[in-house]
Amino acid sequence: MTAKRVGMEVSIALSDAVKMANADCIAAYPITPQTHIVEHLSELVADGELDAEFIPVESEHSALSVCAGTSAVGARTFTATSSQGLALMHEILFIVSAMRLPIVMAVANRALSAPLSIWNDHSDVMASRDCGWIQIFTENGQEVFDQTLCAFRIAEDHRVLIPTIINLDGFTLSHVVEPLYLVNQELVDKFLPPYKPLFALHPDKPLTMGAFGMPEVYAEAKKAQEVALRNSYSVILEVWKEWGDLTGRHYHPMETYKMEGAKIGLLTMGSFGETAMGAVDHMRENGIPVGLLKLRLWRPFPFEEIRKSVRGLETLVVMDRALSFGGVGGPVCSEIKTALYQQSKRPKIFSFIGGLGGRDVPPEQFEEMIQQALKMKRKRVVEEYTMIGIRE
Amino acid sequence: MAKPMEKYGWRDIPIGCVVDEPGNAREYKTGDWKSQKPVVDTAKCIQCGVCWVFCPDAAIYKNQEGYYLANLDYCKGCGICARECWTGCIKMVEEEK
Repeated sequence: MTAKRVGMEVSIALSDAVKMANADCIAAYPITPQTHIVEHLSELVADGELDAEFIPVESEHSALSVCAGTSAVGARTFTATSSQGLALMHEILFIVSAMRLPIVMAVANRALSAPLSIWNDHSDVMASRDCGWIQIFTENGQEVFDQTLCAFRIAEDHRVLIPTIINLDGFTLSHVVEPLYLVNQELVDKFLPPYKPLFALHPDKPLTMGAFGMPEVYAEAKKAQEVALRNSYSVILEVWKEWGDLTGRHYHPMETYKMEGAKIGLLTMGSFGETAMGAVDHMRENGIPVGLLKLRLWRPFPFEEIRKSVRGLETLVVMDRALSFGGVGGPVCSEIKTALYQQSKRPKIFSFIGGLGGRDVPPEQFEEMIQQALKMKRKRVVEEYTMIGIRE
Repeated sequence: MAKPMEKYGWRDIPIGCVVDEPGNAREYKTGDWKSQKPVVDTAKCIQCGVCWVFCPDAAIYKNQEGYYLANLDYCKGCGICARECWTGCIKMVEEEK
């Protein structure tokens, strides 16, 4: 069923997944730490291993604009970026989601300048939070490989037709060699049939994409887009179920670890989940009833899963890797709070921000967050948020 | 368009707002945008058609006698035809109503 386990750099595995998905077109601009993905894909095309158009461009704005064009003619389209590159794509992000072009994009998450940083946090993708794409976070190389293949299947489903971002932490995932179970081409071909567009630009049947929307129709168009993104949720679950049945690797909008009997929850997104598991193990050994929640699906936001998974918790610690300047502090925590606000019974929620610009967060720091949260709860201290590991 | 824009409920909007009916701009009459309209002095017109070439809205048509005139249902009154006309036979005049 699945091939043997191999050691592979995660960026290479991701590119190989794009190759196995038999993408028709790739337009991308190299930027650290996404570079290896683009380089490897361009090699695969140049070496004839992937029959696709590789379109080099002069900027990320152009990269995504080219992708909009190729997706509009019905080509399976992939791109990848990071940080400033994602910021430069900003206006096109909204256009392709509204035009319902099922482009798949890998974002090797990296801090935004300034100060200039090439290292990992989630400030890039959080600044693009409301772009209307499906947004998925990954924790390790295996998830990156699997989710890349799932992303094409989800995005291109005619009940969805929404572009999809796969977030992988820059360097922490992108540049690390990990043991992975790859899959064979036969399985991929069965799971992911060739892309059949609902609408495609073709001289035989002229149509207009990206037309003008007068005030009489704009709001209806936005409502339709919003409902489509929310409704993609059930298709995402369906695709993950099918992938799980084929490979034995099952995915959920919210992954849980040692939540049985937990009174304290720790919530992370992305690769820090792995470190946090170690911290949870250690605290459990010391009799602290902590469990870990790992949010995989960021958009559409899994409200019900979140409400279900915090049931029974007295305290919830949410760790963000981005700041909302002058606002709520951590974007993930603010949404978790919103999701739980209407619940009559909900845990006390504490927002922590850490791991900015590549700063490491060791297991002890997760334990420190838990201890600080418990102390604030005991002393009834109200903090909007706490930045962890900051030198005075 | 099958129906006027304000009759579309959100469920009726085609996916991605695709317009799959070519040429439907014909149904959208933009002539009421103009404040000036072109008036042709056929005595001076040499029927060269340069106004037809330059009209950005394809609002100029050739009548049975071979003169080029603007279809005022679509002409937005930009005045490019009057500017380009070799003989100066087109004058832009204020719309009165």
